[in-house]
Amino acid sequence: MISKISHSCIFVLDQDSAYDFYVNKLGFNVITDASFGEKGRWLTVSPKETKGFEIVLMAAKAGMMFDESSAEAMRGLINSGKMGGASYECEDIYATYEELKTKGVNFTKEPTKEFYGIAAVFTDDSGNWASLTQKK
Amino acid sequence: MKDTYPKMYLYKRIVQAKMFIDEHFAEQIDIDNIADEACFSKFHFIRIFKKTYGKTPHQYLTYTRLENAKQLLKKDMSVTEVCFAVSFDSLSSFTGLFKREVGITPSEYRSQQLTLKNDIKNKPSKYVPGCFASKFAQFKNSNSQEVNS
Repeated sequence: MISKISHSCIFVLDQDSAYDFYVNKLGFNVITDASFGEKGRWLTVSPKETKGFEIVLMAAKAGMMFDESSAEAMRGLINSGKMGGASYECEDIYATYEELKTKGVNFTKEPTKEFYGIAAVFTDDSGNWASLTQKK
Repeated sequence: MKDTYPKMYLYKRIVQAKMFIDEHFAEQIDIDNIADEACFSKFHFIRIFKKTYGKTPHQYLTYTRLENAKQLLKKDMSVTEVCFAVSFDSLSSFTGLFKREVGITPSEYRSQQLTLKNDIKNKPSKYVPGCFASKFAQFKNSNSQEVNS
């Protein structure tokens, strides 16, 4: 029986830029930042109140998970805005929205009342989309 | 968001106050001044801030100082340096509060984090789940090769 999820990947175009976005703008904690030299970098982050789950900010480049052709295909998908799907929650969406907007985060959907709560959509520095929800 | 404009105006001021604390936690911050800047009475400001963030401005300031202290301790600064860098008045109040909130003393936390940092540096593959490691053909080498790379 599967009892828990520990890691999931968000593929990013540049890990330094992703670090800045997820840590300095979204306020996530760095869980692991391990260098494998030229082989790559294992960078994981997590929202402050989330325990036991790490978002892997995986570079979409040849090396760790991809060969060059699949890395290029992945970068193409990211650049076209087709990638993403992370869903985050917050206690107060208007305050969170206002703060992230002030920090320069790009919202493609302003906080909007939905049947399940109030939801907004933003993109990260690579262009991955993510939803932000304040549940009812 | 037409119907939320008045609410957004209110939020802008509260969020600005929160972000002011985020940026100036290392200074002597006077909550009364922040309330004034945000154009609220102190009572009203504290009430709305707590409703929004779940903490009073003072509690949030302390929380922010401790969070930043944790980051500085990871960077190998001494406990005394960290204490004053995040604007605590005394080492004893910093240590007491840190232990109460984090569960261990600042020096224990520092030691724990530096050990972890060294371990990640020396044996990075230990921190990568096996399923990912197996995907990385290069990772099939030993840890010592990873360190030397």
